[in-house]
Amino acid sequence: MNAPLGALDRPNSYIGRSVSRPNAKRLLAGRGRYVTDLVLPRMLHAAFLRSPYAHARISAIDLSAAQAMPGVRLIATGADLAKLCKPWTGTLDHFRGMKSPPQFPLPLDEVLWAGQAVVAVVADTRAQAEDAVEAILIDFEELPPVVDVDAALEPDSDRAAAGLDDNLCFGLKLDSGDVDAAFAAAAYVVEEEFHFGRHTAVTLEPRAILADWDASEGRLTVHHATQTPYQFQDLYSRHYGIPEASVRVVAPDVGGSFGMKLHVYHEDMAVVGLSVLAGRPVKFVADRMESFISDIHARDHRVRARIALDAAGTILAMDVDDVTAIGAFSSYPRTSAVEGNQVVRLMGAPYRFRDYRAELSAVFQNKVQTSQYRAVGHPIACAVTERLVDMAAARAGLDPVAMREKNLIPDDAYPHASPTGYRFEALSHEKCLKRLTVMMDYERLRAEQAELRASGIHRGIGIASFVEISNPSPAFYGIGGARISAQDGAIVKVTPSGEVRCLISVTEQGQGTETIIGQIVADQLGLPRERVRVITGDTEVTPHGGATWACRGAGIGGETALQAARKLRENVLSLAATVLQAKTFELDMRDGVIVDLMTGAERISLAEIARIAYFRSDTLPPGTSAQLSVAHHYAPQGYPFAFTNGIQGCHVELDTETGFVHILKHWVVEDCGRIINPLLVDEQVRGGVVQGLGAAFFEECRYDGNGQLTNGSLADYLVPMACEMPDIEIGHVETLTADTALGAKGCGEAGTAAASAAALNAVNDALSPFRASIAQIPMTPTRLLRALGKI
Amino acid sequence: MKARAFSYFRPATITEALTVFAVAGGEASYIAGGQSLVPALALRLQAPERLVDIAHIDALRGISLEDGWLRLGALTRHVEAHDDPLIAAHAPLLALAAPHVAHPAIRNRGTLGGSVALADPASEFPAMMLAMGAEMEIAGTEGTRRVPADSFFLDLYQTALEPGELLVAFHIPAAGPEHRCAFDELARRRGDYAIVGCGTMLTMSGAETSSARIAFLAVGATPVRARAAEASLVGRRLDSETIRSAQAALAEDLDPPDDEQVPAAMRLHLARVLLGRLLGSLAEAA
Repeated sequence: MNAPLGALDRPNSYIGRSVSRPNAKRLLAGRGRYVTDLVLPRMLHAAFLRSPYAHARISAIDLSAAQAMPGVRLIATGADLAKLCKPWTGTLDHFRGMKSPPQFPLPLDEVLWAGQAVVAVVADTRAQAEDAVEAILIDFEELPPVVDVDAALEPDSDRAAAGLDDNLCFGLKLDSGDVDAAFAAAAYVVEEEFHFGRHTAVTLEPRAILADWDASEGRLTVHHATQTPYQFQDLYSRHYGIPEASVRVVAPDVGGSFGMKLHVYHEDMAVVGLSVLAGRPVKFVADRMESFISDIHARDHRVRARIALDAAGTILAMDVDDVTAIGAFSSYPRTSAVEGNQVVRLMGAPYRFRDYRAELSAVFQNKVQTSQYRAVGHPIACAVTERLVDMAAARAGLDPVAMREKNLIPDDAYPHASPTGYRFEALSHEKCLKRLTVMMDYERLRAEQAELRASGIHRGIGIASFVEISNPSPAFYGIGGARISAQDGAIVKVTPSGEVRCLISVTEQGQGTETIIGQIVADQLGLPRERVRVITGDTEVTPHGGATWACRGAGIGGETALQAARKLRENVLSLAATVLQAKTFELDMRDGVIVDLMTGAERISLAEIARIAYFRSDTLPPGTSAQLSVAHHYAPQGYPFAFTNGIQGCHVELDTETGFVHILKHWVVEDCGRIINPLLVDEQVRGGVVQGLGAAFFEECRYDGNGQLTNGSLADYLVPMACEMPDIEIGHVETLTADTALGAKGCGEAGTAAASAAALNAVNDALSPFRASIAQIPMTPTRLLRALGKI
Repeated sequence: MKARAFSYFRPATITEALTVFAVAGGEASYIAGGQSLVPALALRLQAPERLVDIAHIDALRGISLEDGWLRLGALTRHVEAHDDPLIAAHAPLLALAAPHVAHPAIRNRGTLGGSVALADPASEFPAMMLAMGAEMEIAGTEGTRRVPADSFFLDLYQTALEPGELLVAFHIPAAGPEHRCAFDELARRRGDYAIVGCGTMLTMSGAETSSARIAFLAVGATPVRARAAEASLVGRRLDSETIRSAQAALAEDLDPPDDEQVPAAMRLHLARVLLGRLLGSLAEAA
């Protein structure tokens, strides 16, 4: 399947080249157009009254004072919006037995987390809407909140929502091989209980939506800061009963998403209804406090796991119990079970072993919903696996590198089926490990560590192998009944002046999707990059597709663009052959000119071909079909996922008196198959590492016993900042997927997948002389001082 | 969130500011750099009916040295504490603390007067005023008075400033070559409010400490002087035994609050580590 791509030394060979982003200057110059920047005639602003309680019944709502406030145009309750909008339920058919309470834009009579939107006010300005929110009187009858996961699973526990038989949203058991026998026969067993804090995405641009219902045409236009405009077109259509063709969703410039901007949020769904009720455009932009209490959270897992080893240190079996607290509802339409599912299926993924058992429990509680956020499930599976592997190495008397050399799946053992149910096409763990130890100068670091320990300086070295899921097929969501596309579509066309436009369904949130699509199209068409413009994010303009999530932009979107561009190239060359009275196979396109393939002699420019096709078709022979626009779709076939892999190393210094950790350096070797733009891949990996180190040391949504989020501000929720981040060195191995011509796999989640695991191992390595250890992230000074017995 | 509506006044003189504030009947706030007040307004944690912007009153500016006292106008910005040579020479604790105060954008606008008048116990400058023995010059409708730092910080966000009074300037005993100063703090991230911070100012007489002032931030409702630790240093050489006794004395000086994130015992432990390191660095510099 791998048609050869051109060599890097020919003109317009952009695949594999570090080029800058065409949109970067515009955004830096402040010329970006985010939803917040958009102003429509007669536009109104929404603000929400939010529940002060984690769990309560709404006994009475008094709107009279608020309705009389200046500028107020509309106040809507859950009952008002329920008349317009069908409720939704966050389950998928292939997660058998899953349940979740039905959700409405605003609650009818019960609030399920502190911060849940209860009443919407629409006014001339946001400030006026907020003034009126303060004048609304609601009688809440407090109900006992469910906050602790173990208590939630007790049979007589309070329920997180009325109507639930119990607080178990979803349970899953995996069992392959004979785990009990393997553990019984093991020379060593290592086990640990791990705790992973809740965190949230903290995008630079918060959630923002501007809905405009036009009753005269029966058309809904929604400008929405989202990754997935097509998914929302479908959802607004189905839940508001508007024909899909009458719903247009536009994602303009979007300032970061990380998976957070593809879920249905109650406020967003409400804003559509508010526009219908007001008959005017209505805008809502979440402020930072609202983001903390209503954006999806992620992680929040308690994992008990053990592995069995033989006397030589070979991993025999793994046994895992994951309990994850998902909030009061399963999120929609992708559910809150995907992370747990990926945790139990990615356990031990880089290693050769046969016997595996896992149990997953996704538990309801009265907190914000959790759902998919960058590297869904990966950091948990990776940290558990890699920490256990380090513990096992210590028991077996092996260096962590030797332990991995012994147990990683060999590079020549593919295809490989994991005991957790995944099939790997081709991975490169051994190559990556070798490369990493060279980059780290591993032996020297170990020698330096020993030397410094003698003088009271405690450094730690941690490594973590990982497997990343990318390029998901319909097996991910489509099979579960969700109308979330696994395919993408592109329209590539030549303009009358010989430029090219590519309209494609993958979307851009700052990661460089448009850049790489432009590279691929220019490369395939033999055009200077400046002559290709990529257009994304408008359901009225771009073909239907999955858009950008799960590291599918390059692998699936890129392949779509490549195939579309090749079709257009054929059409252009065929037309040129007609004009030139030559054979198509004798011609090539280079630098915007049709040339003789063998000699490179210029024959005719693309602009001239376009001029003839568009304005002088009378000069073409009868029957000539000049097709200078091509529409093309591509859906992944072959493997259900394109798995990628890599390894990370982390070097830290632990201040044993204060519990503070200085991250000295971080290394990544990753294999995302064909690299389209090395610069963007490295920046994706670095950004991902920073988010992983944030999880390892800083980020945590903290709740009190009443279910109140106690650190919902950027002063209290610590995102990683440049001063604390180390230099991050990145190396690559390229193992192409044979499923596509492009051979690209995803890279956007690689950094996040293993950074926290490498950091956890590094800190534990630093702790080892004190016979101390930690199995919880974030690793705060308080937790480290406790581990050291200093407090 | 958006601030509630308020009226805005920009007086040109101290007298005018006091009057404009007084007629508001208690529903006013002074605003200078706005680095704490503006977020509080936006979050609707505060909603004064009237803002009195004192940033354009020239009499509140200026840095000068007179008769052994350094006078800093209340509008002196954090960035000046960082950069000004007179401050570096005669109030070195301010210069040492300034790089730890938030980030450059905030330091460019934030004022020393605003920080000290707010009296956030986790802020660096209020604690350094305590460590330096500064005196606050305060203007009110009744006239002007001076209050020493030791009796200025009363409780959480409460100071000797009466409603409507304006902090005009700081008078700081000018440090000289006989003083040794050190500042450090432990913050999760550079620029964050610290878990604990400490400024230490020793007056040396030969190899012995003749007097000491030590102030901690983020250990209670106000900035706190460590008087027992100070006393343990006086008349002694700054050796490791002395340093250990000063660290031990902190048990008498500090009674940090207990919270789930930072237990009281941890804060006391970190205060001791920090003091030990600061004194150790001063001993090494000798």
